Amino acid sequence: MSAISPSMAPPMYDREVDPKNYLKAGYGLSSWLLTLDHKRISLLYLYGVGFMFLLGGLFALLVRTTLLTAGNAEAFAANKIWVSPDNYNRFFTLHGAIMVFIVIIPGIPAALGNFVLPIMLGAKDVAFPRINLLSWYMWLIGTLMILSSLMYGAVDTGWTFYTPYSTTAGKAFAGMIPTVAGAFVLGFSSIFTGLNFIVTIHKLRRPGQTWFRLPLFLWSLYATGLVQVLATPVLGITLVLLLVERTMGMGFFNPELGGDPVLFQHFFWFYSHPAVYIMILPAFGVMSELISVFSHKHIFGYRFIAFSSVAIALLGFLVWGHHMFTSGQSAVLSMIFSAITFTIAVPSAIKVFNWLATMYKGSISLQTPMLYALWFMWIFGIGGLTGLFLGTLAVDIHLHDTYFVVAHFHYVMAGTIFVLFGGIHYWWPKMYGRMYSEAPAAWASFLLFLGFNLTFFPQFIMGSQGMPRRYYNYADQYQIYHQVSSAGSYVMAAGMLLMMYNLAASLRSGRKAPDNPWGSNSLEWHTSSPPPLENFNGDAFPGDPYDYHNLEWDEKIEGFRAKEPLIRPARVAAAH
Amino acid sequence: MTQWIASSGLFLAQWNRDGGSMMLPPQNSTIAPSIDWVFNFIFWICIVFFAIIVGAMVMFIVAYRRTPQRMKATSDVTHNTPLELGWSVLPGMLLVPIFWWGYDAFMDLRQVPADAYQVKVWAQQWAWSFEYPNGHQDSNLHVPAGRPVLLTMNSSDVLHSLYIPDFRVKQDVVPGRFTKLWFQADKPGEHNLHCTEYCGKDHSNMNAQVIVHSTEDFPTWLANADPLSKLTEEQVKEWLADPDAFIKAHPEFEGLEPPVVVGKKLHKKKGCVSCHSLDGAANTGPTWKGLWGKKAHVVLEGGAEKQVEVDENYVRTSILYPANQISKGYQNAMTAYQGRIKDREIMAIVEYMKTLTEK
Ligand code: HEC
Ligand SMILES: [Cu+2]
Ligand SMILES: [Cu+2]
Repeated sequence: MSAISPSMAPPMYDREVDPKNYLKAGYGLSSWLLTLDHKRISLLYLYGVGFMFLLGGLFALLVRTTLLTAGNAEAFAANKIWVSPDNYNRFFTLHGAIMVFIVIIPGIPAALGNFVLPIMLGAKDVAFPRINLLSWYMWLIGTLMILSSLMYGAVDTGWTFYTPYSTTAGKAFAGMIPTVAGAFVLGFSSIFTGLNFIVTIHKLRRPGQTWFRLPLFLWSLYATGLVQVLATPVLGITLVLLLVERTMGMGFFNPELGGDPVLFQHFFWFYSHPAVYIMILPAFGVMSELISVFSHKHIFGYRFIAFSSVAIALLGFLVWGHHMFTSGQSAVLSMIFSAITFTIAVPSAIKVFNWLATMYKGSISLQTPMLYALWFMWIFGIGGLTGLFLGTLAVDIHLHDTYFVVAHFHYVMAGTIFVLFGGIHYWWPKMYGRMYSEAPAAWASFLLFLGFNLTFFPQFIMGSQGMPRRYYNYADQYQIYHQVSSAGSYVMAAGMLLMMYNLAASLRSGRKAPDNPWGSNSLEWHTSSPPPLENFNGDAFPGDPYDYHNLEWDEKIEGFRAKEPLIRPARVAAAH
Repeated sequence: MTQWIASSGLFLAQWNRDGGSMMLPPQNSTIAPSIDWVFNFIFWICIVFFAIIVGAMVMFIVAYRRTPQRMKATSDVTHNTPLELGWSVLPGMLLVPIFWWGYDAFMDLRQVPADAYQVKVWAQQWAWSFEYPNGHQDSNLHVPAGRPVLLTMNSSDVLHSLYIPDFRVKQDVVPGRFTKLWFQADKPGEHNLHCTEYCGKDHSNMNAQVIVHSTEDFPTWLANADPLSKLTEEQVKEWLADPDAFIKAHPEFEGLEPPVVVGKKLHKKKGCVSCHSLDGAANTGPTWKGLWGKKAHVVLEGGAEKQVEVDENYVRTSILYPANQISKGYQNAMTAYQGRIKDREIMAIVEYMKTLTEK
């Protein structure tokens, strides 16, 4: 370590246009809101999604705070608490709808994927930059529509919108129409992103960037794109039918109008189960990057991981009925869905073993992104394994719609937030050219991990003890679990604040980031930090992204240096 | 060490009465043990695999931590196909019996024994009603021990789900179709019954008790469950006219109560409570405080409006055919109770309503 590093001096962005830095390629609001640069769009997503995550988290805190005490119905009647049953129902509905449709589904692909996908390919941008910007605006419009429901009294159906509750007239949720229409628009945003990524991966790979040299994150984004493009239209159609029934009284799902409420569940889960993989596959992809880079060792079993992503994406279409074992669907159907659900456990397990084998005999560095990756292994270990209970027919009958399910899907879906945070800490130096302070970042990640387990682990126990979900009022025997759970949620909130403060502080006072602080051989780490507007100052010559022999630690720049540069000045390239 | 493991294992096993554990509630149905067995089997598989994952993770972190001496990985392997096939296929084999046992127990849950005792279940926002072969309707589920019980369930509004944790049974109740659920309780006792399909405002209050009677006691309970139903039409009139005298004169109707008391109980039992307050508080429906005798402003079918006095007739119509005349300012949200409530019960409710209007 050099005693005095010149980079400690506070940075000043000079206000002239700098072709070497996309952040300085234009100033002012319109340079952001009208940008076609995938990197800037990625940041638009990052802040949009981040803001909505905080809002969704706020609703979660309201839910958890309401549940601090048993016997809320009596407490409310006696004016001891201000959250009414209706408000409680709105809080958990908004929490779920925001977190699923607005935050997690676009989270990793649209925020992180947008930033690195073209660079990893060696491309200047995605295939359709305008559609990319349109996706963001669709996201924004859909989000505003869902939020507008707050003005009409807010929806209280749960994020699943089950019929006939959601279509019966005369219930107090006029906000239903904007919410469902908003989810519909968000679906299009998601389809556009998926389509854009698929085409980009097919068409814009640099010569030499073969399919099996793609970083695994791209395989996972590709598989995710397939699911987004194939499954989301079904959600769109379902939501349209719901709106038509709700507004025009045509019967699809409401038995009073000659419809079938269980049909809605089939449609809904035909999208929403694959949507679980829209959420988790990109996280798997980021995990493979993090584990390999911070173990400084080639990813173990590249092809198995790549193909398991695709296998999960395809099998994910065939298991929706496992959400409906108690719905009255036929026993034969339930049996088939249960069996296929078990087969999907295999490709998921493969990934965990592959990550562990990657760490074996590696050179493991416990920097913050790796900490998040390790926390995720713990969390996903629990989330994945508890899925076995729910895939098992008779056991699911007992556990369905209890807190066990709530705990399970938070361990899986909210677990991906850990990967999102790991990814943010990993690519942050690339995005802004600044390093954050390591110690607070590590502490924040630990607080989040601790809080997460405190929040959700007790929910497994109370769930299997029989505590139903979406309950405002509950029996005394569950109070201790609820209180631990609520305490955990406050710990998480503290971790969030610390994390955000630390990242924000890095922009002001962070050390200047080297091009390759962590030692990765994938292309984005060979261009400058932050990258130029068109990503490379020269031509990219991609190699094996997991070949660490090409990298050497350089004390002077406190980063890694490539022995053989993968970005070469354009004219040198011409001579080759 | 081994002693510690043994004693903590014992502690876990005896966490709760009747075969319950830290993870599971008491086992009180014939099917519960076989379901718990699968649950516990999966539980231990999870523990083992989780220990392997986290154990390996921690070991590798400790052993292969990056240090100035250890800047590079000490292995170059990139894959090992037999190993990878192995760890995909072997744990996969463990899944086969789990699936099978789960399926097997599930089929037991689905196959209703022929001699099952039948109870009809009516679910509505936010109350349960259990109807017995003799026509008696109860807000709690009373069943005999040691005999299979079949519930045939229907909902009059939205989805609900009937869940009895101690029995490990659950089944959605769907409007427009009849769903079935059966169980056999092992011995007399009381258990919680919850609604587990979200159904709106008071979803979390849609609970009931399952009361398991011994085989001998059950018929006695059923025969005496509703003394009111045993009265003839003539006797009902006498009972309404002078309750105390009638009850005194007829000790054979054991447990018969005065109309006002019966009405108050019905308000709760029939689920009126979830929409109608007694103290003037606003709710889904108009409060009953001061309702009796006032002039109600109603909207008729077709949209015409008029003023009607709230009398016996008006109350009866409101209960049986609520859509005929909607109180102004309210939605047509009330369940039609036609066929679900007896005339003498309406009379009792009326008597009770009268007491809620100050004279
Ligand atoms: C799901 C909620 C709900 C339940 C349960 C319910 N009601 Fe109602 N009730 C309403 C609503 C809403 C109205 C006002 C609209 C109307 O007149 O139909 C109403 C109106 C009435 C009225 C007329 C009041 C007036 O001001 O005109 C009576 C009487 C009545 N209910 C009795 C009962 C009785 C008795 C029960 C139980 C056996 C019951 N209700 C259960 C919702 C409910
Ligand atoms: Cu699913
Ligand atoms: Cu309910």
